Amino acid sequence: MIPELGNFSLILALLLALTQGTLPIIGAARGNLSWIALARPVVQGQFVFLAIAFGCLAYSFVNNDFSVMNVARNSNSELPAQYRFAASWGSHEGSLLLWVFMLSGWSVAVSVFSRHLPDEMVARVLGVMGLISVGFILFMLVTSNPFDRLLPAAFEGSDLNPLLQDPGMVIHPPMLYMGYVGFSVAFAFAIAALISGQMDAAWARWSRPWTTVAWVFLTIGIMLGSWWAYYELGWGGWWFWDPVENASFLPWMVGTALVHSLAVTEKRGSFKSWTVLLAISAFSLSLLGTFLVRSGVLTSVHAFATDPSRGIFILGFLVIVIGSSLLLFAWRAPKVGLGGKFDLVSRESMLLANNLLLVVAAGSVLLGTLYPLIMDSLDLGKISVGPPYFEAVFVPLMTPAIFLMGLGPLARWKQASLPELVMRLRWAFCVSMATALLMPLVMGEWKPMVSFGLLLAFWVIATIFVSIRHRLQNSGQGSVFTRLARQSRSYYSMHLAHFGIAVFIIGVTLVNGYETEKDVRMEIGSTVEMGGYTFRFTGASPVTGPNYSAMRGDIEILRNGEKIRVMQPEKRTYNASGMAMTEPAIDTGFIRDLYVALGEPLENGAWVVRVYHKPFVDWIWFGCLLMAFGGMLAVSDRRYRLKINTKPIETATEEKDGGRAPSSTRLATGGKKG
Amino acid sequence: MRFLLPLAAFIVLVGFLAVGLGLKPREIPSPLVGKPAPVFQSPRLHEPDQILSSKDNLGKVWLLNVWASWCVSCREEHPLLVELSKSGIVPIYGLNYKDKPELALQWLGQYGDPYTVSVVDPEGRIGIDYGVYGVPETYVIDKNGVIRHKQIGPVTIESLEKKILPLIKELQG
Amino acid sequence: MKPRHRKLAIIVSGVSALGIAAALVLNAFESNMVFFFSPTQVAANEAPRGKSFRIGGLVEEGSIKRQGDGVTVNFVVTDTAKVIPVVYTGILPDLFKEGKGVVAQGKLSPDGVFRADEVLAKHDENYMPPEAAGAIEQAKMQKTVMAK
Repeated sequence: MIPELGNFSLILALLLALTQGTLPIIGAARGNLSWIALARPVVQGQFVFLAIAFGCLAYSFVNNDFSVMNVARNSNSELPAQYRFAASWGSHEGSLLLWVFMLSGWSVAVSVFSRHLPDEMVARVLGVMGLISVGFILFMLVTSNPFDRLLPAAFEGSDLNPLLQDPGMVIHPPMLYMGYVGFSVAFAFAIAALISGQMDAAWARWSRPWTTVAWVFLTIGIMLGSWWAYYELGWGGWWFWDPVENASFLPWMVGTALVHSLAVTEKRGSFKSWTVLLAISAFSLSLLGTFLVRSGVLTSVHAFATDPSRGIFILGFLVIVIGSSLLLFAWRAPKVGLGGKFDLVSRESMLLANNLLLVVAAGSVLLGTLYPLIMDSLDLGKISVGPPYFEAVFVPLMTPAIFLMGLGPLARWKQASLPELVMRLRWAFCVSMATALLMPLVMGEWKPMVSFGLLLAFWVIATIFVSIRHRLQNSGQGSVFTRLARQSRSYYSMHLAHFGIAVFIIGVTLVNGYETEKDVRMEIGSTVEMGGYTFRFTGASPVTGPNYSAMRGDIEILRNGEKIRVMQPEKRTYNASGMAMTEPAIDTGFIRDLYVALGEPLENGAWVVRVYHKPFVDWIWFGCLLMAFGGMLAVSDRRYRLKINTKPIETATEEKDGGRAPSSTRLATGGKKG
Repeated sequence: MRFLLPLAAFIVLVGFLAVGLGLKPREIPSPLVGKPAPVFQSPRLHEPDQILSSKDNLGKVWLLNVWASWCVSCREEHPLLVELSKSGIVPIYGLNYKDKPELALQWLGQYGDPYTVSVVDPEGRIGIDYGVYGVPETYVIDKNGVIRHKQIGPVTIESLEKKILPLIKELQG
Repeated sequence: MKPRHRKLAIIVSGVSALGIAAALVLNAFESNMVFFFSPTQVAANEAPRGKSFRIGGLVEEGSIKRQGDGVTVNFVVTDTAKVIPVVYTGILPDLFKEGKGVVAQGKLSPDGVFRADEVLAKHDENYMPPEAAGAIEQAKMQKTVMAK
């Protein structure tokens, strides 16, 4: 009964989504107030039914209802309860249900936190989100219903893919999806603005916090995915430029560009059509990511066994959503106008350049991801494009962007003086240069690429210091602390996120420059030296887990002859699927990770063992966390918490300028034609 | 005009994606269709001391269904196969692919046995000859021992009614 | 600066960014694109010498042999028509098994042995890499053509 209840709720949710996607939009166009007023309750109703549907699926999983095909395929009675719950979104069908459930969650959030917005605007935004919801629920009901029955019921399920049986995998997809789906809000705001023709600073201000929240989720989602790959795949890598990874990274890059261009649109009224295009692109790339993962168009380590009819459906959906929004863009955007003027050297121009670099980088990653497909389509041979391509393109494109990242926050809006910037930053540059040149020597070996990476990182950090110092000098009287406290959260949030980038770069640079890896045959009692540590293999013994059996190796770590700890990597075999899995052991530290994985057993109790020493690898994920914290801080800024409707919406109140800006630039020029 | 550029770029992209969808290997018609089915001689699942030769099937239309007890999709198509065998339209021969006999027998006991005879292929050697790259797969083989159709993935009601049954009728004709 | 100049400056910088990106992309494709060949194609000398490429097919039953150091592994990849001996030093993926699909990346040495520096297998037990499946299909096609 429970699965049928879920199925029925899904159908009801579809009907509500259809209502949500049509009536409020028509109402807004015709000025029909009762239709406009429908938007909010319908959204909330849809959320309730989707919550029921999701609850039913989770219930079937937790209670081992193997008469549901989805459960029989992706779960097993031996599976621990928390993974049975997580298996609800471990499959294709379940992940779609999660996707649409989150979409309705975001819609409810919009309907609740939009009291100060004009009702027609809210109606249009929610309407657009309703249409997206229609597409996804239809997709589920037509091609991949999570509640399909398997009759007669299976005696036992075939188990969740062991790779997904991991705490990281439990939260990674929901986070990533929150990010993907979150961009639908920015998208819906952009489409609503295009429909109404009302695209001003107020529009930018409304979409900004939503976009930032989505970006924060996406950042955390990608970080978790990378971390999971690192400790679960047993290869010690943290990013593979795999198509599925790229699919999440593309919206992130465009989303990052969007976050910045929204700031310009809000404060200066510039880049309006560009911002709208970015909002459309960020969400389109999220949809494209779903298509790439779910259609099996691309070969990927993540690709699940796939079904072409699903691919055709998603492609059709993609064409309708993206095609019509780009058409709308082509039709309405020319009327938008250019907004505030700015000089060639100004904060706007630097942000624009950064935007451009991010978008171009996203484009080249997209090209690299799809290139094998293009070659195959044109019958030019089967190829693969690996990490070297992405690194060769991505790093040179990001280098000027990182440089500008240090410059931008110090430049004034509208018109900045290059000589003055040079004066202010020459020390920052000298200090970062000197540190970058010397630091690799401390690590033991000087390498040009390491120096170069560190230069970028220290440049960002040094400019943050210069910016804060400068800001303090110009914020009136009082002690350093009162002046520090006077700065807005959004100001700190920017620096925190940028600092996160610097930490990330340090991590990537040092781990790439100084990591060591060895695959060795280890007899019982034999040792390997690495990074100042001694690894001693003392043998492997069988252990039994809840749904697997394993060989667990014991490897003692010694430093200067003293035993620090024992690492216990495992080689598991899962009972239900018979699938083998390597479970590495990691000793995490502030400045290094030790990483040990079991390979294959040899004669006499010896094993092939893979040992890594990875300096500063955790800084990569720590940097991502800092970026995410930066985003959260920005959303918690005072002006989003205040009742904004009491203020005139035309002017941007917060000035994130370097300080002594001419008073004329303090007036926002939103809406003015360029 | 320049505002149309994003749309144009997207249309090009869709073109490639659409072509790409059609390129999936599972969409490629098997080159074995229309060719003589590879001959095999293999022990029976139920009576391991008896050998079945595929040559014995010359002169009748038959189905070869590749299955295994570890394969979930097989369970999905299984009720259909049981029904088909009850109807007596066509004999179904099973190729028990990379499986353990005791598990396979237990599985048949649980879900029903639609097979006239099942032969075992523990190493997957016959599978390689037939170009099996996923379980289940089903082959329609005619009176002259020629493969006329290959179904990759589970047999569905749709594929049965639209393709397999009409073809069998025609071949038996 | 006049609006027209500003517009010009934006266009120039945009075009130059795209130009640099295009140059980078082309250059990177030139040196980093990895082609895929089936064992049959390799046997017919279609694969490049001295350049990295990928091969795919099935790991032949009984062909996995470990050398004395325990870390170097020899095996044979087949597309059911032709075979290629492969040597690889390092730990193989969990799903690497005899009779299963595999894709390896590396170079062909003059003695005809494929020296792999990367061996890929899929995350899903029942799933074969499309390249490997494609190679086997191709080989069947040629086999049957030749049999005629």
